[in-house]
Amino acid sequence: MSKFTRRKFLKAGVAAAAAGTSLSYGSFAIGGSSKKVVIVGGGIGGATAAKYIRMMDTSVDVTVIEANKNYYTCFMSNEVLSGERTLDSIKFGYSGLSKHGVNVVNDVVTGIDADKRVVKTAGGDSFSYDRCIVAPGVDFKWEAIDGYDAKVAKNTPHAWKAGPQTATLRSQLEAMKDGGSFVIVPPTNPFRCPPGPYERVAQIAHYFTQHKPKSSIIILDPKKKFSKFGLFKAGWAKHYGYNPDNPTGDGMIKWINSDAGGIVTSYDAATKTVSADAGNFKGDVVNIIPPQKAGKIAFAAGLTNDKGWCPVNGKTFESTIHKNIHVVGDSSVAAPMPKSGYAANSEAKVCAAAVVAMLQGGSVPTPSYVNTCYSIIAPGDGISVAMVYKYDEKAGKIIKVKGSGGLTPGKFDATLREREVEYAYSWFNNITSDVFN
Amino acid sequence: MKRSTLLQTALLTCGLSFSAASFAGGASGEMLGNTCAGCHGTNGISNGPAAPSLAGIDYDYMVESMKQFQAGERNSTIMKRIAKGYDDADIEAMSKYFSEKKFVMASQKYDADAAKRGKKLHQKYCKNCHGDTGISKDTDDDSGVLAGQWKPYLNYTFADYQAGEREMGKKMKKKFKSLHKKAGDKGVADLIEFYASQK
Repeated sequence: MSKFTRRKFLKAGVAAAAAGTSLSYGSFAIGGSSKKVVIVGGGIGGATAAKYIRMMDTSVDVTVIEANKNYYTCFMSNEVLSGERTLDSIKFGYSGLSKHGVNVVNDVVTGIDADKRVVKTAGGDSFSYDRCIVAPGVDFKWEAIDGYDAKVAKNTPHAWKAGPQTATLRSQLEAMKDGGSFVIVPPTNPFRCPPGPYERVAQIAHYFTQHKPKSSIIILDPKKKFSKFGLFKAGWAKHYGYNPDNPTGDGMIKWINSDAGGIVTSYDAATKTVSADAGNFKGDVVNIIPPQKAGKIAFAAGLTNDKGWCPVNGKTFESTIHKNIHVVGDSSVAAPMPKSGYAANSEAKVCAAAVVAMLQGGSVPTPSYVNTCYSIIAPGDGISVAMVYKYDEKAGKIIKVKGSGGLTPGKFDATLREREVEYAYSWFNNITSDVFN
Repeated sequence: MKRSTLLQTALLTCGLSFSAASFAGGASGEMLGNTCAGCHGTNGISNGPAAPSLAGIDYDYMVESMKQFQAGERNSTIMKRIAKGYDDADIEAMSKYFSEKKFVMASQKYDADAAKRGKKLHQKYCKNCHGDTGISKDTDDDSGVLAGQWKPYLNYTFADYQAGEREMGKKMKKKFKSLHKKAGDKGVADLIEFYASQK
């Protein structure tokens, strides 16, 4: 219904009723203005929802409120750290959304009044909505590691939200002497992009191998295993030097897990020293990725549970706390789907279809969801994980489709690994275009 | 408002409400197709460099491909894992959805001389099933779109056929054998340049 005006639709509704069909058009406020959707956050989830709502129903008035002029994708930002790609190549603007007729507002949302259905901004504006979609991504638990906070993060970057943080970490790696040590601290579960810290290790090891081969990488990990576990360990060993039988010993990469004392308790910014159960580790470059929770506005709007994430109905992504507010992407509890870019993109489309149906007074369509996630271990060596999900009406939750998905096979096949890299780049080009163009 | 317009509009509106609500069981083709866009592009139009476009795909060819992925009969990286997430009705719905989308040819670099040679080979060995220019929709055969498809994908496909990791139909096997006998690996490369040259 691309060129459907409201007036035509109402007339059509009358005609359909006259023809004796069971069309439900009751939710169209006769005589009122068009339906309004306000989206808080223009990341992968928010921008996808905006575009797809407009693709599904151009009569809906969609506004995205986003604090930044540009979005830097978290995915592929590890290739910026290794020097394999530029920061500009992961930068995306909002002109594409405007072409779909989305109003893009550059402002910070400070509150959402769920009763009055109004979103308020730091700029002093108010936006009323019929339905609101909240997609703020993650925020950090700054209290988790003593001595590491937002201020310290300016010089000891987390680089877990891409952009200036990525640039800072890249320049520190470039300035580091050969023979230096890079200390990385991955977060506890759950967090944005589960394979990300370990792909980062691989990408930085790739950079060191080429330019600073005497350097080492120390991973202080509060976990005992991680995403694509076997594939990463084999890849580190194959390309860079990692001993699976002695992970804390020889090789460029040393992985100190929670059993080996990898849990970090504090950080001294002055000496760049990370204190863990296993001892003190002084890094020439330090990258601390703190534990995470839902983005700030989710807390301000009262959308979070006691764990700091937003519970939702998996079929509509409507908050189970506040009606008429939906939450998609990293902030939402969509398990077993991971907190990944592809998952956010997929969730946002399911949400968009539900929102359009609800605004039209129709029934919510049967959802289908996918996650696909690539990691690049080295040039020509890509790995992936995929999963198809559906909604279990009886259990009232998202479930994995049995027998689907899984990992790249462990047995190394050079031809297929090369193809996975090309498909990883295709993934990047297509998902960013699907979100922002 | 004229009566005919009214009726048309009413029909349109009914169609809309049915597509959203009537299929109580499975997901719609659009819902399923949307999950593919992150890798294959919005509406199945891929931005490359390798993932193939699905827009305009032959319905039977896509159904067959998905079933071959499920059964492990067609070589792939990730598709064999993803295809297992769908039942026959899903596969039919998504194939219908993509077959009705308009194919947009990829804009990519190619070798003009090789493309010229490839054109001749295509017309001799391939066009009966893949159409005059490599667009299968122009024929009755359930074959893949070749013209304007991304080059790395065409390379992988030919490599898999040659390595026996993807089964050829009887007719194709015969034609491919003659082509290879006549022009060798270079002939295959020329063919790919021809398909890539089409805009």
